[in-house]
Amino acid sequence: MTMIEHDKIKGMSDRMAQAEVKGRSPWADARKRFFRNRAALVALVVLILIGLFAAFGNSIAAWSNEDIDYEVMGSAATLGAPSIANGHYFGTDDLGRDLFARTVQGTQISLMVGIVGAFVAVVVGTLYGATSGYIGGRTDQVMMRLVDILMSIPYMFVLILLLVMFGRSISMLFLGIGLISWLEMSRIVRGQTLTLKNREFIEAARATGVPSWRIILRHIVPNLLGVVAVYATLLVPLMILTESFISFLGLGVQEPLTSWGALISEGAGTMRYGTIWQLAFPLGFFVVTLFSFFFVGDGLRDALDPKDR
Amino acid sequence: MFGFILRRFAVAIPTLLLLIVASFLLMHMAPGGPFTQERALPPQVLANINAKYGLDQPVLVQLWNYLSGVVFRFDFGPSFEYPDRTVNQVIAAGFPVTLTYGMISFVVAVLVGCALGTAAAIRHNTWLDYLAVGISIGAQVLPNFVMAPILVLVFTLILGWLPGGGWSWSDPAFWIMPVIALSTSYMASIARITRASMLEVLSSNHIRTARAKGLPESKVILRHALKPALLPVISYLGPAFVSMITGSVVIDMYFSTGGIGKAFVDSALNRDYAVMMGVTILIGALTILFSLVVDILYAWIDPKIRY
Amino acid sequence: MALLDIKNLNVTFDTNDGQVHAVNGIDMSLERGETLGIVGESGSGKSQLAFSIMGLLARNGRATGSVKFDGQEILNAPLKTLNDVRAEHIAMIFQDPMTSLNPYMRVSDQMAEVLTLHHGLSKSAAVAESVRMLDAVRIPDARGRARLYPHEFSGGMRQRVMIAMALLCKPDVLIADEPTTALDVTVQAQIMKLLDDLQTEFGMAMILITHDLGVVAGSCERVMVMYGGRVMEKSPTDPVFADPTHPYTQGLLAAIPRVDQKGDKLSAIPGSPPNMSRPPAGCPFAPRCDYVMEVCQTTMPPLETFAPGRERACFAGIDTVRAGPKHHEDLPMEAAADDTGGMDIGDPEMNMLDALTDRPTTEEMADDNR
Repeated sequence: MTMIEHDKIKGMSDRMAQAEVKGRSPWADARKRFFRNRAALVALVVLILIGLFAAFGNSIAAWSNEDIDYEVMGSAATLGAPSIANGHYFGTDDLGRDLFARTVQGTQISLMVGIVGAFVAVVVGTLYGATSGYIGGRTDQVMMRLVDILMSIPYMFVLILLLVMFGRSISMLFLGIGLISWLEMSRIVRGQTLTLKNREFIEAARATGVPSWRIILRHIVPNLLGVVAVYATLLVPLMILTESFISFLGLGVQEPLTSWGALISEGAGTMRYGTIWQLAFPLGFFVVTLFSFFFVGDGLRDALDPKDR
Repeated sequence: MFGFILRRFAVAIPTLLLLIVASFLLMHMAPGGPFTQERALPPQVLANINAKYGLDQPVLVQLWNYLSGVVFRFDFGPSFEYPDRTVNQVIAAGFPVTLTYGMISFVVAVLVGCALGTAAAIRHNTWLDYLAVGISIGAQVLPNFVMAPILVLVFTLILGWLPGGGWSWSDPAFWIMPVIALSTSYMASIARITRASMLEVLSSNHIRTARAKGLPESKVILRHALKPALLPVISYLGPAFVSMITGSVVIDMYFSTGGIGKAFVDSALNRDYAVMMGVTILIGALTILFSLVVDILYAWIDPKIRY
Repeated sequence: MALLDIKNLNVTFDTNDGQVHAVNGIDMSLERGETLGIVGESGSGKSQLAFSIMGLLARNGRATGSVKFDGQEILNAPLKTLNDVRAEHIAMIFQDPMTSLNPYMRVSDQMAEVLTLHHGLSKSAAVAESVRMLDAVRIPDARGRARLYPHEFSGGMRQRVMIAMALLCKPDVLIADEPTTALDVTVQAQIMKLLDDLQTEFGMAMILITHDLGVVAGSCERVMVMYGGRVMEKSPTDPVFADPTHPYTQGLLAAIPRVDQKGDKLSAIPGSPPNMSRPPAGCPFAPRCDYVMEVCQTTMPPLETFAPGRERACFAGIDTVRAGPKHHEDLPMEAAADDTGGMDIGDPEMNMLDALTDRPTTEEMADDNR
């Protein structure tokens, strides 16, 4: 599920490491460029709407996500269709639970997994990569070799192994996804740190005796922000994808909790009985959100990439 | 070249050993043994079972037994869930199926992706290009577990053209949907990578030189542009292969193809650690082997790589 | 009839910032065996002029006008016609030898395909001929080296390979686009000498594109000075140096540092080339010109013959220009630096100086002689 164009990110980070000399804040420019990009802007609005849906959807829902509508139960195919009248805006699932409320909950969990995964990637990946690149030499080699090794492991299987052995809790899921998400990030950050390291302002800081950890935190990390922001935006959908994959197999979050992957799985299982809405709504949310994240990420990259400035 | 391959092996083998040791230790750290169930077994029975599987021996001895079994005899031991079957038998039952549609999917993804990407780059800014870009953007959000139900909905439930699941060695109609579901997103990624790199290569200086020589456009592309344009694709093949193997789990589950993914998920649900580890290690070995092949391929194509 | 006859050539590029007019209404001709130098700073359109002759413009470029080779129209000609002319009649060597060769093919294969294509030679005959040509451009151990890949050659050696490749079909015209810019100074001289010798040997015409007036002085019979995609001056070589009659030519000459000159001030032309996505209505050089008049801002001066074989495009009188510029200090710098957001990132002052002040390290020199 490698969908991020690493070549482009690499190119961007190379250029950004060079562009710092220009002095003017790249962020003001970037904001202007971003707001001119219509696709990215629409995607951003969609993401905000989905965020609002996750945050406040429960107060609109007529049913709770755990309650079973006994009138519908048993005949979900005929009575469970989406309807304003009985309060099941998205219909019900096979057990008669309100799909709207379940979609709200699934959205909350999927978004949370995506954001937490990306957050871990940002923190661990940036620090690991910046440290490795900054220290250099043998330490760098060992640290990067470790990343190579970890990356050559089929992580989905290991993740499932972990989930099965230590219990399928949501915190285990976070931990597992966080464990693998930072690898590629650390590589990108390391590459850019290597370039930054030899720039004058870093050398000046070093010459005046600023300790290494301080240089990393005060000088290197802020200069990495652009690349990290873009990569993190593109990482969120990948994390959502990973979680959905596991939940689709029934190995992720457990009832009564749910996520997009679990809902898609349920919908896919029951669609042959004519309850197409059980697949359509979660699938729609999933696809639209992923799309939006990719568009925002791309827009952000184009806005921050000094390629044709 | 030989030294290069040797050096790559020197990294690959420890990685694989590490994977085996790590998954074994993980299993040992897991709370509760494989036979701790809700319905507690009588202690005598449990002791007997543990003795049978060698679980009463010290950890290091167990590790050595397991490791040597895997490495020297390619023997993953007995299944914990079905005492009459070995892990090897479980793998042997499912692996050929997974391998078959997996290889087809991989070849389809690579061939179609490269062709589409190249065509789009050559016909830059035409309807073909826009179509290719549209497909590759759309397919980003259509991973296998999204494609699978959509395909079944369209081709089985609505059109009724294809069987909605199952596997037959003799009837390729059963293969079509698994292959499409598994390959689509990788095909799209490969098309996008090919297109981008082909566009870049086509505007590069050495292509201008080739044109200045008076070569017809077809020769310019086949002889001069294709090789450099495909290098990024080759480096993507490793990750794509891993993802596709992972995706096969979904295919096996959803289409009931009876491949190894089904065995993996079943064993995960039953806490059959032996099968899980066996599958994980097998796939890890395949992955490592494949990235080795890709690296060698890359080095063989690019003369600038020093061995 | 001239061998190469160019009439009213325009080249435009469609970019995100609108249309860029790289070449504007150029007329020029080239006789058999003649060497023409085209001089101008980066972004003056001289390379695009060369690419349009060969039909090698980038995808977003478009050329209009007429380019006749030996009476045959080749501008925007079908690819088949162009491919017959390319390499066989008009060959080209490029600015950057490091990237102009295919890094994934052996040098022998890259060269041999020219001959198998145009002359129908067998592979082995073509390779043998290629090796002979590598010998001719003085690559030591040509037979052994031909089997190598480009990255195993130094910059100067790669440019020799490029030259050998261009000469394989014994073309009538060789277009050399800044053939020495990317090379070390010592190597530059060797390559120029080689080109001179080969031109005599093969009796071909040559268009030498450069920003280095020194190179022109050494090897060209005629010079065409370009600025902002237009011709500023055309002349036989010697008078240009002795008696520059165009303010731009004068500025270029003044910017060459000379050891024999007293004083510590090096004069440079202030400002930078115009942004060709918004070409000026009048003379493109007007914002930087010492002799600028009102009429220059609105009207492009026509190219006029003022002496046998000499043409210039300038409203200022010849004698005014000959009398020398006013002092640069008087010139308001804002006016000159007005239009800097142009398509060219190159700093014009640097470009003139780079070539003259960069000295290769001994290591690099040794590298080229290995």
